[in-house]
Amino acid sequence: MREDLARWQFAFTSVNHFLFVPVTIGLAFLTALLQTAWHRRGGSEYLRLTRFFGTLLVINVAIGVVTGLVQEFEFGMNWSAYSKLVGNIFGAPLAMEGLAAFFLESTFLGLWLFGWDKLSRRVHLATIWLVALGSVLSAAFIMAANSWMQHPVGYLMVHGKPQLTDIWALFTNPVFIWSYAKVVLAALVTGAAVMLAVSAWQLRRGGDRAVFTRSARLGLIVLVPAILLAMLVGDELGVIEARYQPMKIAAAEAQWKTCQPCAFSLIQIGGGNNDHAPTQILAIPHLLSLLATNHWNGKVVGMTPLQAQYAAKYGPGNYVPNVFVQYWGMRAMAYLAVIVFLVGVWGLWLSRRKKLGTARRFLWTAQWLVILPFLINTAGWLLTESGRQPWIVQGIMLTKHGLSPTVSTPMLWTSVIAFVLLYGTLGTVDLLLMLRYSRKELAPAPAQDAAGEPVPAMEY
Amino acid sequence: MAFVPLWFILIAVLWTGFFVLEGFDLGVGMLHGFVGKDEAERRAAMSTIGPLWDGNEVWLIVAVGATFAAFPDWYATMFSSFYLLVVIALVALILRGVSFEYREKRQSPRWRRTWTWLLAIASLLVPLVIGIWLGDLLAGVPIDASHTFTGNFGDLLQPYAIFTGVALAGLCLLHGGTFLALKTEGMVRLRSARLARLAAPVSVLLVLAFICWTHVIADRGALLNPVEFLVFIGALAAGLLAFDRHEGWAFTATTVVMGLAIVTIFVDLYPRVMVSSTNLAYSLTARGAAAPPYSLKVTTVAALVLLPFVLAYQAWTYYVFRRRISDRDFRPPPARPRSYTAVGAAAPGQGPAGSHRRGGRLARAWRTGRS
Repeated sequence: MREDLARWQFAFTSVNHFLFVPVTIGLAFLTALLQTAWHRRGGSEYLRLTRFFGTLLVINVAIGVVTGLVQEFEFGMNWSAYSKLVGNIFGAPLAMEGLAAFFLESTFLGLWLFGWDKLSRRVHLATIWLVALGSVLSAAFIMAANSWMQHPVGYLMVHGKPQLTDIWALFTNPVFIWSYAKVVLAALVTGAAVMLAVSAWQLRRGGDRAVFTRSARLGLIVLVPAILLAMLVGDELGVIEARYQPMKIAAAEAQWKTCQPCAFSLIQIGGGNNDHAPTQILAIPHLLSLLATNHWNGKVVGMTPLQAQYAAKYGPGNYVPNVFVQYWGMRAMAYLAVIVFLVGVWGLWLSRRKKLGTARRFLWTAQWLVILPFLINTAGWLLTESGRQPWIVQGIMLTKHGLSPTVSTPMLWTSVIAFVLLYGTLGTVDLLLMLRYSRKELAPAPAQDAAGEPVPAMEY
Repeated sequence: MAFVPLWFILIAVLWTGFFVLEGFDLGVGMLHGFVGKDEAERRAAMSTIGPLWDGNEVWLIVAVGATFAAFPDWYATMFSSFYLLVVIALVALILRGVSFEYREKRQSPRWRRTWTWLLAIASLLVPLVIGIWLGDLLAGVPIDASHTFTGNFGDLLQPYAIFTGVALAGLCLLHGGTFLALKTEGMVRLRSARLARLAAPVSVLLVLAFICWTHVIADRGALLNPVEFLVFIGALAAGLLAFDRHEGWAFTATTVVMGLAIVTIFVDLYPRVMVSSTNLAYSLTARGAAAPPYSLKVTTVAALVLLPFVLAYQAWTYYVFRRRISDRDFRPPPARPRSYTAVGAAAPGQGPAGSHRRGGRLARAWRTGRS
């Protein structure tokens, strides 16, 4: 019960946190691009867009920051045995994240927001780029920490406890490199989809056509390559994970028996934890071999032999993750990504034919498309984290051993209820405010855009 | 192995940085509804910390993250023991964090009143609850030989810990008052100075009592140690300076007292990091809770390389936003040129904010245009 509650709480708070994080990273970058365009080309359109999307960014940053705060304490609260065992390794990137990234992001966000009339244009432009840099850096450190849980590197076991021996190993960990690339790309996809959807809504409802066509186009230009690269990087990440966490990938395919070559099932019935003989529908030959090993005839070890292997190595126990979550998490992620990509290409084609601002069917689709990146991100994290189970650190510690020994079930219930209520309320407020500000009219062009004339700050 | 004391000092520095900097943000949060009688004045009060509070709060996040890395056992034992207190502090920090951004996003007076109250209560709860944590570290909580907490929620609410929370919350209030007096103009400035003068005697008495009690709890002989002695002097000076005309000196004094009060806790704590009330021998010590040398070396290098930059750009931020803020910046311009009326009239207290006395035509167009 305690383990379930602690896991649910962590899953709930981190999935929620990751609804806001990619919007922050993506929109910070896109807002910086808009402001750079204004800086270079002048004219009021880009300035108006910068401020419009900057407001959305700020609404979102606020809740992203506070939900991240919870994560920082949760390891100590619910997972104290874990924290004691691996704090000397896992804590190091977390401490660096604060020093290198959080200070940068928060301080310069304040300077950007309130510095419109206090800083020169060039310096002010630098502040938004530093905000974007801070957000990307913070993702790097936390992904290095997370990748260490997936594939521990750079340590030695001393008296049964892992000790850090090489900090660079954490940042050259292949799991880190590929999953970090994937997170950054996913953030760009999410931010771009938000920008595209808001612009599409505005274009449908008679917003300033010239201006919002530009932002829709910018969204598309970032979206299409980012989602394409994300799919390719995801494929490579699958190969890496198949090497270090074979159980995760076998579960993602509900592959109980070892196969060579392996087919990829588009859909299947059954194959969960209690059904080892699924009925594959629409199996594509060789595709799984390709995805998991990069080879036409690659071998994928099934869960049954892996389970036997792990039981021999680590002692009796169940080492198979929740297969349903793995199988459908993987497919949700992949199929929805294809939809995003296709809609993106449709938009780019319209843009090339100069019809982007008037294509009503596309604009309607683009407006609803924004839901997909959030589903993709969530599915991706469920796949990654649920697939690591029953380990909290692959091969070193089981999740059930990481719990705080003293935290009782009522205490866990208290915190779970408090966070669910609070996140639910604030998430709703955030969504309503985002919608409200997305639907606002664009601020009018300034009376004159005289060079050197300070632009007032935008908040409070 | 000098890394352990060095890291203990760094953790103390980070906590001190948090209370010195975020201390006045918390004070402003508690006071903004009282020193600002109308919307423009409240916004002026909040704008004094608008660009600063987020960066200041990071000092707490880094203090916690650094404790995780450098003293994993301390981090794990502390937050699993203080569980419910941590939940309360997190809820308060979350509400506070969003209230700054969300409060201004709607015009409705009810909406703004709600966030004003949430901000004030959350700003009071944060130093109160975190003060209780810090007090508990020193006064001791039931911890057994394996550094596992054996007590319950009631054990955390011991008199000294609660008093530490109250003293720190009082000090934050005074610190916020002197900061507001320094950073605002007009009625907000007058009211803040008056509030600071009212709060000063009480806060000073709290701090003096806190120092004496801390000295007794830490059980370090009859004489005050130098830091405790300095807080004693500083607190008296702050009490007197709050009545002085020089707002800069009053704020300097509260800064010093706040910093030294936190330093006192850590000085009296060392070499322990978490005292056991079950048996003093079970207390966590800095050396016992520390990470192995290599981890400490890595994080030390990171901290020593990065902290100077952080201090430099945060100092620069304070320089950029050094000007006083007036509630006039938040009132609609009295006589609007006719050509702008078509853009749309601004409701009272609307405007895009900030302080832009030199904003000129462009600023006014923005102000009237933003709905």
